[in-house]
Amino acid sequence: MDIVVCVKQTPVATAEKQLDTDLLLDRESVDNAINTYDEPAIEEGLQLLELHGGSITFLSMGPDEAVDSLRKALAMAGDLDARAVLISDDALRGSDILGTALVLSAAVRKLNPDLVILGMRSDDGGAGVMAAAMAQHLDLAVLTNANKVTIEGRTVRSHRRLSDGYIVQESELPLVLAVTDAINTPRYPSLKGIMGAKKKPLQTWSLEELAIEPERVGTTGARTRVLGAVAPPPRAKGEVVEDKGDAAERILAFLAARKVV
Amino acid sequence: MPTSSDIWVLVPFEGGAPVRAGLDLLAGARDLAAQLGGQAVAVVCGPGAGAQAAALARWGAQQVLVCEDTALVGAADGVADVLGQAIEAKGPHALLLVATLDGPDIAGRLAVRLGGGLLANATALFARDGAVEMQETAFDGALIITCTADREVTQIITVRARSFEAREYPGEATVESLSFTPSAQALRVRNVETVRQTTGEAVPLEAAQIIVSGGRGMGGPEAFGILKDLAEVLGAAVGASRAAVDAGWVPYAMQVGQTGKQVKPKAYIACGISGAIQHKVGMQNSAAIVAINKDPEAPIFDFADLGIVGDCLEIVPKLTAAVRNRR
Repeated sequence: MDIVVCVKQTPVATAEKQLDTDLLLDRESVDNAINTYDEPAIEEGLQLLELHGGSITFLSMGPDEAVDSLRKALAMAGDLDARAVLISDDALRGSDILGTALVLSAAVRKLNPDLVILGMRSDDGGAGVMAAAMAQHLDLAVLTNANKVTIEGRTVRSHRRLSDGYIVQESELPLVLAVTDAINTPRYPSLKGIMGAKKKPLQTWSLEELAIEPERVGTTGARTRVLGAVAPPPRAKGEVVEDKGDAAERILAFLAARKVV
Repeated sequence: MPTSSDIWVLVPFEGGAPVRAGLDLLAGARDLAAQLGGQAVAVVCGPGAGAQAAALARWGAQQVLVCEDTALVGAADGVADVLGQAIEAKGPHALLLVATLDGPDIAGRLAVRLGGGLLANATALFARDGAVEMQETAFDGALIITCTADREVTQIITVRARSFEAREYPGEATVESLSFTPSAQALRVRNVETVRQTTGEAVPLEAAQIIVSGGRGMGGPEAFGILKDLAEVLGAAVGASRAAVDAGWVPYAMQVGQTGKQVKPKAYIACGISGAIQHKVGMQNSAAIVAINKDPEAPIFDFADLGIVGDCLEIVPKLTAAVRNRR
């Protein structure tokens, strides 16, 4: 089975974010790392590969620095048959969901896998729509919110997480799968894996190799526009006191003053 | 392509009744439609959906579009296909979807199908110059961004829970049956069975006025018993951080945060929760936040209205007794 796992490099959650004068995220002044929600997607791909054999390709769209996240994914793969593809092109800066879905889908079509795996959302955009958007481009079925996945023959069985339980769903390969953040515990790369990752194949593709016209992506192709950005008024730090045995009374007085009790 | 100024809302159903989050969106749609000179339209899918028309009118729908195809039950791809056909036929100005579960899946498919922009996770919506603009809280709350989408195409917008409050309206809605059926391609996912894991909660988290929530600092599943006791005397719901859910102490249904529930109670009492950004995103809109944590450096003290550095295992039972005595 051939698997593609989509990996995004995102600013770390705790980093101070600011927008450039063109209202795009300043990705250079912040620390970046692999999107935390992609780690379970990578792990799930590796576990399925260990069970069923085949190959795995980590696919990312982003600036050249996104290579770091692909190398980390390759390191997690250890001895497994893994490679990576980075789609990098100056014209991609400012792409919205639609542009990103177009580019990733074109790359997936070229790689022609049995299974495409994504995380449930990204740390930065966070729309959680990429799996469905790609499935629409690729004319494939999509299973999202997968909290447990098994494959038998060509049939994929997934537990779709609900707020109060789950639905057991089935569909046939090829398809697109988006996993929850609780589906597994992502492995740490071994030292050997980290050393080996440098030798694993990593290609960089431009838009030309995907036959996508630059006008269709980036700021030019975007169908959404950011009009402004402000920092939210910070929630004021309230009173912090050490418990001297009177904490319960203090809390009760606080709740009573706010008329919630 | 939009030929009308109507604002559509996909209202999801559960157990034969429209879900609260969908009704909340109808209130938002009603405001937008009034500003744009259109109508608020509820779209409902599945057998028996038409019987809900009166209820939807009461919550703001001026028109109800019904597709009773049995294949649409729990079938996000199928609903996306039928909605796509309906939008292509009728050209509404915008479609609003609840930003959880099926909503993002339908939105992703429709945005690609229609070739328009997708606005995700809106927390506020308003009309300006004949187009819908939205605000979203981006980067885990670091920035509030205002954006808009191409208005030549129906705007597809997912909206976060609790961004609007359902309101009652007088009047009736016109009802129209849609004859569209999903294509075979849109029905490739089979739902084999649904397994419900109830929390036995008296008060649902989303609707609670007070939430008592526990994290890793509770030390184990047993300690959630004292949170339940406190919740009972307060008429509150019990929530949890992802750490407590991941540890297997409580079910996912209780998780508050980025990948759990977004809540907005009058008071949120966080017990043994550090206040990681993932959790903060789900509860920072609470009117008042009380935090109890042993660690004086816990980030939750940076945004709690009242912070107590202390042991929740001691303080919570005392608080329960104090509330009980007050009655």
